[in-house]
Amino acid sequence: MDAGYQAKQLKKDAPAARPSFPRVNWNWLGVAPFFLFTFLFIILPASVIFVGSFQDLRGNFTLDNITGLFTPYILNSYKLTIQVSLVTAIGGAIFGFLLAYAVTIGGLPHWVKSVLSSFSGVASNFAGVPLAFAFISTLGRVGLVTVFLKGLGIDIYNNGFNLYSFWGLALTYMYFQFPLMVLTIIPALEGLKKEWREACENLGASRLDYWRYIGFPILLPSLLATTILLFGNAFGAYATAYALTGGSLNLVPIIIGAQIRGDVLNNPNLGYALALGMVVIMGLMVLLYSLLQRRASRWLK
Amino acid sequence: MKRFWSWLWIALGAVYFFLPLYATLRFSLMMKKGELSLLAYEKVLTDPAFVKAFVFSAEMAVFTILVSLLLVVPTAYWVHLRLPQLKPVMEFITMLPFVIPAIVLVFGLIRAYSKPPLLLTPSPALLVMAYCVLAMPYMYRSVDVGLRAIDVRTLTEAAQSLGAGWPTILFKVIFPNLRSALLGGTFLTFAIVIGELTIAASLAWPALGPYMAVLGQNRAYEPAALAIMSFVLTWGSILLIELVGRGRGGLRSDQLAGTH
Repeated sequence: MDAGYQAKQLKKDAPAARPSFPRVNWNWLGVAPFFLFTFLFIILPASVIFVGSFQDLRGNFTLDNITGLFTPYILNSYKLTIQVSLVTAIGGAIFGFLLAYAVTIGGLPHWVKSVLSSFSGVASNFAGVPLAFAFISTLGRVGLVTVFLKGLGIDIYNNGFNLYSFWGLALTYMYFQFPLMVLTIIPALEGLKKEWREACENLGASRLDYWRYIGFPILLPSLLATTILLFGNAFGAYATAYALTGGSLNLVPIIIGAQIRGDVLNNPNLGYALALGMVVIMGLMVLLYSLLQRRASRWLK
Repeated sequence: MKRFWSWLWIALGAVYFFLPLYATLRFSLMMKKGELSLLAYEKVLTDPAFVKAFVFSAEMAVFTILVSLLLVVPTAYWVHLRLPQLKPVMEFITMLPFVIPAIVLVFGLIRAYSKPPLLLTPSPALLVMAYCVLAMPYMYRSVDVGLRAIDVRTLTEAAQSLGAGWPTILFKVIFPNLRSALLGGTFLTFAIVIGELTIAASLAWPALGPYMAVLGQNRAYEPAALAIMSFVLTWGSILLIELVGRGRGGLRSDQLAGTH
């Protein structure tokens, strides 16, 4: 063996003596069950809906289901669902804000705030079938308030009110909407520092100036974020609407529910597209919400 | 003057909150003509179908609580201890149940698991898993807040240096420190599952939610009684959450909001 070869071998062997073995990070195993669960029960069902939205009955790619969404029946159902969500989100946000303002800055005794918070915690979770029952007992055709008002000579059902219609549903949704606003906006209102207001007053600003230039701009991201939260809260609601109207209002969740029980749209893939539309709208809302939240947390620590 | 407006809004809020409850309570007591009685409550509580539905939903709630605790607590702990870079991913995943409404989730689950080899729809396991998805954001957030409040790494290393094994660390060190967070998540999960309609009805299980919905179509006074009972149940759960949440790291009531 010549020396040159040996030297070559040595040179070659030295660095390669210990072949680099890819280091496995065993820590990942600890989160594997959770990710498996997420895949099986969130990602997989979501993918079935996504894929189905772009397939025809034979499984070929098509955009017909998506264009099928832009027919009057489905567009109207989206419009109705968005209207109910928007009305109750904005209504709930305004009323909830007034209540939260009353107990934080409005000068009420401290116990009112804790009582309001407790009741709001309960009311925002009191929803679904029992909530529908409560409003039927109150404002249904033989509900207590309906009968009471009739005794006073006011027949609300003859004057255009109907609990089982748009405004009745909106009134019912408000029961869990405004308490959620109260709960989320009280911390934001409490985050408005006294020093800011004092600094304003020292500089000669009026109360209106303070709200216009300081208070409102700081609160705006929180207000918008919570309104979006309320919108999503109503947009995905199924149980309350189903128990109240029995499916007579064409809300998107109600149509999807009917589509599950039997193919009411006469096209299973159109059902997937309908559901996908909901996910897209909710996804946009959540995205907007987290962006606004990030902005809100800049001031309110 | 300022106080006047504040009291006015509070009074309006109180009317909105109490009037439906008062009306429902009155209504539920009027089953016997001409007098107030508890007949509607008696009718509901002695209905074998009600008892069956309630027991079924309570069982599902217990399984959901167990599975989601097992799924969320070790994962959240591990992420805090060893994989903090995963925190944003976990937050994204636990947001997903908000993005996918319950009715859409169950739609997808039925289509994904209704034919072999993935035939799960006849099994109550699928219902429990779907409930775990619904409860996940609340459970995770509750545990996450609890973990943030304690120093996971120091506690774990201190236990390890004293010779503790993993079971001792988890059951004697970490869990006791998370007690209020775990209890909060548990009660909230119970409150979500016990009267849930959307998923139970779509998967055709004889749970409390579907039972109530059917009763509402056929009866007048019993639904009012049921509404009052479920209100008391909700109240009890929230009260318990607030009680156990008094300590550090509990779930606060502004982190709540069930399924509607």
